[in-house]
Amino acid sequence: MEYVNPEGLRLDGRRFNEMRQIVAEVGVVSKADGSAVFEMGNTKVIAAVYGPREIQNKSQQKKNDHAVVLCEYSMAQFSTGDRRRQKFDRRSTELSLVIRQTMEACILTELMPHSQIDIFLQVLQADGGTRSACINAATLALADAGIPMRDLAVSCSAGYLNSTPLLDLNYVEDSAGGADVTVGILPKLDKVSLLQMDAKLPMETFETVFALASEGCKAIAERIREVLQENTKQLEYRRAA
Amino acid sequence: MLQSKVFNKKTRGGRIQKQVREVYLRDDIYCGAFSCKSCDSSAARLSSSKIIVVDTNVVLHQIDLLENKAIDTVVVLSVVLDEVKNRNRSVYNRIRLLCSNPARQFYVFSNHVHKDTYVQAMEKESANDHNDRAIRVATLWYQKHLGDTSQVLLVTNDRENKRKATEEGISAETIEAYVKSLGQPELLDLLAQPTNEDITMEDADDSRPSKRKLIYQEHKPMSEITAGLHRGIYHQGKLRVNRFNPYEAYVGSESIGEEIIIYGRSNMNRAFDGDIVAVELLPRDQWQDEKALSIAEEDDEEDDTVHLAPDNVDDAPRTSNLSHETSGDKNAAPVRPSGRVVGVIRRNWHSYCGSLEPMSLPAGSGGTAHALFVSKDRRIPKIRINTRQLQNLLDMRIVVAVDSWDRQSRYPSGHYVRPIGKIGDKETETEVVLIENDVDYSPFSSQVLACLPPLPWSVSSEDVSNPVRQDLRHLLVFSVDPPGCKDIDDALHCTSLPNGNFELGVHIADVTNFVHPGTPLDDEASKRGTSVYLVERRIDMLPKPLTEDICSLRADVERLAFSVIWEMSPDAEIISTRFTKSIIKSSAALSYIEAQARMDDSRLTDSLTTDLRNMNTLAKIMRQRRIDRGALTLASAEVKFDIDPENHDPLNIGMYQILEANQMVEEFMLAANVSVAGQILKLFPSCSLLRRHPTPTREMLEPLLRTAAAIGLTLDVSSSKALADSLDRAVGEDPYFNKLIRILATRCMTQAVYFCSGDLSPPEYHHYGLAAPLYTHFTSPIRRYADVFVHRLLAASLGIYKLPTVFQDRPQLTSVADNLNYRHRNAQMAGRASVELYVLIYFRTRPTDEEARVVKIRSNGFIVFVPKYGIEGPVYLTGKGEKGAGDWYVDEEKQKIVKMDGSLSYSVLQTVKIHMEVVEPQPNRPKLQLTLL
Repeated sequence: MEYVNPEGLRLDGRRFNEMRQIVAEVGVVSKADGSAVFEMGNTKVIAAVYGPREIQNKSQQKKNDHAVVLCEYSMAQFSTGDRRRQKFDRRSTELSLVIRQTMEACILTELMPHSQIDIFLQVLQADGGTRSACINAATLALADAGIPMRDLAVSCSAGYLNSTPLLDLNYVEDSAGGADVTVGILPKLDKVSLLQMDAKLPMETFETVFALASEGCKAIAERIREVLQENTKQLEYRRAA
Repeated sequence: MLQSKVFNKKTRGGRIQKQVREVYLRDDIYCGAFSCKSCDSSAARLSSSKIIVVDTNVVLHQIDLLENKAIDTVVVLSVVLDEVKNRNRSVYNRIRLLCSNPARQFYVFSNHVHKDTYVQAMEKESANDHNDRAIRVATLWYQKHLGDTSQVLLVTNDRENKRKATEEGISAETIEAYVKSLGQPELLDLLAQPTNEDITMEDADDSRPSKRKLIYQEHKPMSEITAGLHRGIYHQGKLRVNRFNPYEAYVGSESIGEEIIIYGRSNMNRAFDGDIVAVELLPRDQWQDEKALSIAEEDDEEDDTVHLAPDNVDDAPRTSNLSHETSGDKNAAPVRPSGRVVGVIRRNWHSYCGSLEPMSLPAGSGGTAHALFVSKDRRIPKIRINTRQLQNLLDMRIVVAVDSWDRQSRYPSGHYVRPIGKIGDKETETEVVLIENDVDYSPFSSQVLACLPPLPWSVSSEDVSNPVRQDLRHLLVFSVDPPGCKDIDDALHCTSLPNGNFELGVHIADVTNFVHPGTPLDDEASKRGTSVYLVERRIDMLPKPLTEDICSLRADVERLAFSVIWEMSPDAEIISTRFTKSIIKSSAALSYIEAQARMDDSRLTDSLTTDLRNMNTLAKIMRQRRIDRGALTLASAEVKFDIDPENHDPLNIGMYQILEANQMVEEFMLAANVSVAGQILKLFPSCSLLRRHPTPTREMLEPLLRTAAAIGLTLDVSSSKALADSLDRAVGEDPYFNKLIRILATRCMTQAVYFCSGDLSPPEYHHYGLAAPLYTHFTSPIRRYADVFVHRLLAASLGIYKLPTVFQDRPQLTSVADNLNYRHRNAQMAGRASVELYVLIYFRTRPTDEEARVVKIRSNGFIVFVPKYGIEGPVYLTGKGEKGAGDWYVDEEKQKIVKMDGSLSYSVLQTVKIHMEVVEPQPNRPKLQLTLL
């Protein structure tokens, strides 16, 4: 299968280093403390954050001087074309864990002892790259909730097909069987907070793919910052009015 | 700009699912014309002001025309490419090649993602109409975009599309009209015949109204075939036409686990060799018995030709009668399922080499003539073509492509592609051999040649100081090869050690030092797979500077090598093995004859000769041990020619002489290969490239057993060892008897094949013929790509290089192995065909009487093998037309053909005197005829 044609165009008309269209909005769930919808092309994720609030289940508290971060990831039954049966499968459990760890690394948990922060993520529409979209949505929702963070945790994936590194794989490209590298970074601190890869890649190739994904992360961070600034302006405007 | 493409698709489970795909429309797709001011011209291709846009049907059917240099400045739209890709992969590859060829002006315009030419599917619009509309929109865009600077023409053979285009103000033409406007009448020959779906051929068929009747049954529609396959009424498989009888074909079907035989052209129903077809079984009472099968179905009866004696089971004519036939069980009728083709699932049409059937020139010359093309490959039916240059083509070998085959015509219709050369010309016929066997003989491209190190090349000081490279220049290294060998890839040395043991080294040209993975040079070599040796020509896998100079281990020059060095005890036990890259300086490049002479001449006592003798002693022990283990000493009838240096005609043919020196070199090469196989498999158990030789099944050995039984010989085939022993015991009264039996045994075996170690389990790695559990090819990297691959593995196992990435990709590795097998097989077939060609040339002027041996009994004669020339062919006892059963009958059990009155009989392996002569019963297909004296 030809995922990149000799003209350098991918199946959906993008070039190798182009991301899908990003649409982001914060404050979509008014009941939650913070919320956001994040879209990358046809992948659409909604995130809601509650907290910091009192720990509901004391047994979950391991360390007294840090806030507990909890994360629940699920896919809406309608998120893919066909009916999904299981709600909590192994994949969701794994994703919940990965997202929780990534977010925990960027939240200043030490500032909020004896409290918990709940992050709920639901995939409304899945078209590849849900992992990254979830992290980006969670970052937006946390920022919306006003939870102190070291940096905006952002994520983007890249893959390797037809001997070309490709940024931001969609579902068709993702299911092609090539490597899929998901990278999460803290752009200001220039630190990697998440790195996952399925399949194998030679070291040199991996480095180019990783570099491409990092570039993508930085671009997403830029976009997220814009969205947040826009939102702040709106708030400011509303307050003045 | 973002658009969505919504369509429905059937999932694997059979449900219909809605699919949504994004489409990102772009503004950075340029028109590709140099004259355009607004577009970026860095990737522009189109320089002329006359631009043509081609429709899908033009690309699909007229690719031969598009490949002609006369057609240029073509815009290929991406929707056209996509549709071509779905319809015909090989045409797609060809058009892609055209688009990437810098010498041609073919520009790919990605109209499907361009912001102005993107076409949203309309409701109730078929995919075809949608594509046509997209093509028109793009053409219109070109017209507007380029304005007055260029003239844009849409070339389409779809009437509807042309009409609509004209309505929309686009200038559109059919391909015929366009070619006519170019004013080059010979181009018209390249036009494929329009098929019914496009423009109906009104005038073409008028002249022959009698031909209008339907000859073939209708092909079932695809939906019916799929349903039929699903329900098990039809069987799917690849049609393989019998190489020796074009009216008989086989379809290997998985669904019934047996081969279905298809007799006759009408049952084959327009299917070609290699097509994927759907077959329906005939009712049981129509299943034909082999014996009752008559070949004479059509007027042009063809029969077996004389050919080179086959080397293995794949080359040999199909043994059609199975064992249970003779078992006397009357109820189990001697039938195999017969069937009839009901539809062609995928065509395997490509271009074919051959010549035109001779015919008188039509009265008004210059007009179109209908001619029949006869392919060199007998499995291909005659092809009808139209030509305007008949007088030029009649005595030429030409290439023809097939376009269509409708129900009314006995023969498929096609079109002329290009000439090869004069019939009978050695060059031409050799080229035919190469084309027929899919051998790439084009010169190496400039990109490939750019990868070569500059000449003159010599070992540099870096090579000497390289820590992985051992300096072995002080050793007395020499090579032994056939006389005149220029690409020397192996050399040997043998020194006595103080402890009484011997140090033996096999030094192989270090090709991988020059051929690096991923370079154009490597890609080309991997595609070619092997060098091809023809009687008078060698098609190299690597460019000449590498094969004959830089890599070749010639005498008295320093060369880089990859060495296997053993310490061996005097009774040839390997004590230790090591592998190293090295620098050697060969002191002599001997021929087999020279080496043999040195060993035999007892007066010579120089160190080279002593080394040779020591090696020979060791080799003999190793060989004996290998034979004791059960290795088969098989025999093949290899022939060699003496060529006249002036007119390049063969002067003499003889069997290839095998000397002790040959066996000695062979023995060490085998040992090196085995050692290397062990080493690479140890380090890379899942991605090594090995060579295996499957154990022949009893069924395959059946013809041998039957022959042996007829002459009262019992062969034990339970293992290779048992077979080897019983072959040794098979000594008849005459000296040639044993060799003959061995030749017969050899042709029952399949070929050894390359494979990737991860694909099979270790017991399957076994090499039957060599009785070796592991084997690979390491010793000829100059002429075989497999060896290049193995060199890389070995280097990686020693930590010299990193393992190239190919090795981590199992499917790719398997496809490399498959390609190597395919190329290897084609190279052998080309080699044989070339020998057959020279045999024919040789006997053309020299009708000869010779002694021959009967190797197989037929109902109307027998097949003989001529030991002196290594050829094999039929001898008929009865004339054509009259059925053999009249005068002669076959005694199956004794493998005998006996005259009815009992006065004469011929049995298998009997010696007969025959007369050999070249005859030409059909024009342009000369053949060697054998008649009994």
